[in-house]
Amino acid sequence: MLSIRNLHARADDMEILKGVNLEIPAGEVHALMGPNGSGKSTLAQIIAGREDFKVTAGEVRYRDIDLLELTPEQRAHEGVFLAFQYPVEIPGVNNVYLLKAALNAQRRHRGETELDAFEFLQLVREKMQLMQMDESFLNRGVNEDFSGGEKKRNEVLQMTILEPTLAVLDETDSGLDIDALKVVANGVNSLRDASRSMLLVTHYQRLLDYIEPDVVHVLADGKIVRSGGKELALELEERGYDWLQSGNAA
Amino acid sequence: MSNRDIEQLVARQYEHGFVTEIESVTLPPGIDEDVIRHISNMKGEPDFMLQWRLRAYRHWLTMTEPDWAQLNIAPIDYQGISYYSAPKSDEDRPKSLDEVDPKLLETYDKLGIPLHERAALAGVAVDAVFDSVSVATTFKEKLADAGVIFCSFSEAVRNHPELVEKHLGMVVPYTDNFFATLNSAVFTDGSFVFVPKGVRCPMELSTYFRINAANTGQFERTLIVAEEGSHVSYLEGCTAPMRDENQLHAAVVELVALDDAEIKYSTVQNWYPGDENGVGGIYNFVTKRGECRGKNAKISWTQVETGSAITWKYPSCILRGDNSVGEFYSVAVTNNLQQADTGTKMIHIGRNTSSTIVSKGISAGRAQNSYRGLVKVLPGAEYARNHAQCDSLLMGDRCGAHTFPYIEVANPTAKIEHEATTSKIGEDQLFYCRQRGISEEDAVNMIVNGFCKDVFRELPMEFAVEAQNLLNVSLEGAVG
Repeated sequence: MLSIRNLHARADDMEILKGVNLEIPAGEVHALMGPNGSGKSTLAQIIAGREDFKVTAGEVRYRDIDLLELTPEQRAHEGVFLAFQYPVEIPGVNNVYLLKAALNAQRRHRGETELDAFEFLQLVREKMQLMQMDESFLNRGVNEDFSGGEKKRNEVLQMTILEPTLAVLDETDSGLDIDALKVVANGVNSLRDASRSMLLVTHYQRLLDYIEPDVVHVLADGKIVRSGGKELALELEERGYDWLQSGNAA
Repeated sequence: MSNRDIEQLVARQYEHGFVTEIESVTLPPGIDEDVIRHISNMKGEPDFMLQWRLRAYRHWLTMTEPDWAQLNIAPIDYQGISYYSAPKSDEDRPKSLDEVDPKLLETYDKLGIPLHERAALAGVAVDAVFDSVSVATTFKEKLADAGVIFCSFSEAVRNHPELVEKHLGMVVPYTDNFFATLNSAVFTDGSFVFVPKGVRCPMELSTYFRINAANTGQFERTLIVAEEGSHVSYLEGCTAPMRDENQLHAAVVELVALDDAEIKYSTVQNWYPGDENGVGGIYNFVTKRGECRGKNAKISWTQVETGSAITWKYPSCILRGDNSVGEFYSVAVTNNLQQADTGTKMIHIGRNTSSTIVSKGISAGRAQNSYRGLVKVLPGAEYARNHAQCDSLLMGDRCGAHTFPYIEVANPTAKIEHEATTSKIGEDQLFYCRQRGISEEDAVNMIVNGFCKDVFRELPMEFAVEAQNLLNVSLEGAVG
C-alpha cells in the first residue's frame, strides 16, 4: 500500500528526514513514535503533500503511484487522508459545507455521482452519532472556536465520511481526555478493514490500548531506528527513547 | 504556492471591457458658469436648481482637493473633463423597453443584465443610468399604486420640484467637500426615491450605473427620502467599459429617514480598475451620507467594492433621532495596483443611538486597502453604542492593509468597541482544504467568501449571489 524508501527531506536549511524506510501493507495499522523533533509530523505532512518541505532523495509510492508527483488534492482524490495535528480554523466557512465540497470533489474524481444536500446530511448525521458530536457542529465554521478535543473529533469525523484508503493521523490523541480518546479510537477502528492502511503518529502508548497497531516504529533523528510489535510501545513507555538512540549511535 | 503563481492567477483581464457606440451629445471639455447654465438649461431645470448649482460652483472655486487619504492620486485636470454627455435620444425618451436603443440593451446583455427578464423575474424596478441620463424605467405603475416615487433625478426636478428643493443638500450640503461640491455644480442625473408615510416599498429598487463615453466624468446624484414609518431597500450596481484614461466619478448620495423609517442601501461596485500596470481605471470619489432624522429611524449601508483604480468613499450615518440605528457593512477588494480608502462615519447625536460597523478588506497584488472610520459621540448622545469590526485579509506579500479608526466621545455613558484583525490567507487553510480534495481555486473562493460572510448576509438574496460571483472572479486563485 505505502512504500517509503530512503526518504530524505529538508525544511529551509535543516535536514529533517535522513533516509526513512517504511512499508505499510494493505489492511495494517502502524504506529509511529519517537521523541520530539524526530521528524514524525514532517513525514506525515510530506505524505499529504505539504510544499514547505523539500524532498531531496528517496521515494514515496502508494498503490504503485509516485505520490510525490501529485498535488495535495490529487493525493486526496487517490484516497490519502491526513488528520491534522493542529486543524486550522477557517472562519465563516461552514463545517459541513467544506466537508460536502470535499466529498463531492473526491466522488467526481472517482466518477461517482455527487451527493445532494439531503443524502449528504443523512450521511453526516450517521457519522456524527458514531463520533458523539452534537447537532451544533453542522452549523459552525470549520474548527471555528472548537476546543482542542472537538477539533480532533472533527478530524476523525471527516475521515469516517471521506473513507480514505491511507489515513495518517498526526497526534490525533494529544489533548484528548479518556472519554474523547475512546470515541476517537472507536471512529478510527470503524474504518479498519483489509483494504485500508493507517499510520498513527503518537507520543503515547495510551492510544494504542484502543487502536491496536500491527507494527510500531520508532523514528529518531530522521530515521526509523527500530520496528516491532505493539509490545515495543510498552517498552518505550517504560524506558523512554534514550536507549534506542544511544544504541543506534553505537 | 509561490508568489509568481499567485500573480499569474490574479492577473486576469477585466471581463466587462467594451464600449458601446452610441452617438452622444457631449459638451466640450472644461468648466465655467456657462457650462453649468448650459447643463441646467438642457435639462429644463427651474431657477432654484440653477442658482444652487452656481452657488456650489462658486464655492468649489475656493476649495482644494483633499490629500489626507492613504491614496496616491495622479493630478486631475478638471478643465480636461467634459461635464455633460447624454445618449442622443434624450429629446424623445423611450416609453417602454421596446423603444430602448437595441445597442444599449446589448450592453446590458454583455454585462449579464437582461433588463426586462431580470426585472420581471426578480420583481426589481430598474432605473438604468446610461452615461448621465436615465433611459428606461420599469415597474413605475406598481410603485405609483403604492405612492412611491422612483424616477431619474432630472424627472424629479421637473415633476416634483418642491420635494427636491426641500431635501436637496440637507444631508450633504453643497459646501461639504471638494468632490461633493463639484458634483453639486455639475451633476447630470441620478435617482430619486420618495417613500411616503407608512408605506413599505413593494419591491427592491435597483439602478445600474455605467460609465461609457470617453473622458467624461460622471456626476450622479441620488436622493432617497423615507417618510415616517416607511421602508425601502435600494440596490446599486455598476460596471464600466475599458478605457485608457482615468475617469473621474464623483457621485453624491443623500438619504433621509424620518421617524421609524428604514432605508437599506446596497451597492455592488465593479468599475474598471485599470490594467495590471495601473493604466486606466475609474477614480471613484463618492460622498454617501444618510441622516436618521427621526426617532427609531434606521439606515443601513452595505457595499461590495471590487472595482475602480482608486476608491475614496465613506458611507456615513448621522444618528440625530433618539434610538436611531446606523449600520455599515463593507467588503472592499483591491488587486494589482488598485487603491481603496474607504470606511464610514457614525455621528451619534440622539439618545440611545447605536451603530454597527463591519468592514472586510481584501488586498492582493500590489494593492493598498485602507479602512478609515470615525465614530463620534456628541455630548447629548446619552447611552450611545457602537461596535466596529475591521478585518483585513492579505494575499501575497506585496499588498498592504491599513486601519485608521478615529473615535471621539463627548459623553461618558457611551460604549464604544473596536476590534481589528489582519491575516494572510493562510497556507495552512489552503493546505487543509486541498488535503481534503478541494482544488486550490475553490479553496480560495471558500475562504474569501467565509471571510466576507458577515457582510454578504446583509445583501438582498439576488445581490448576494452576484457579489459572491464577482468576488470569485476578481480574486481567481489569488493567494499567498
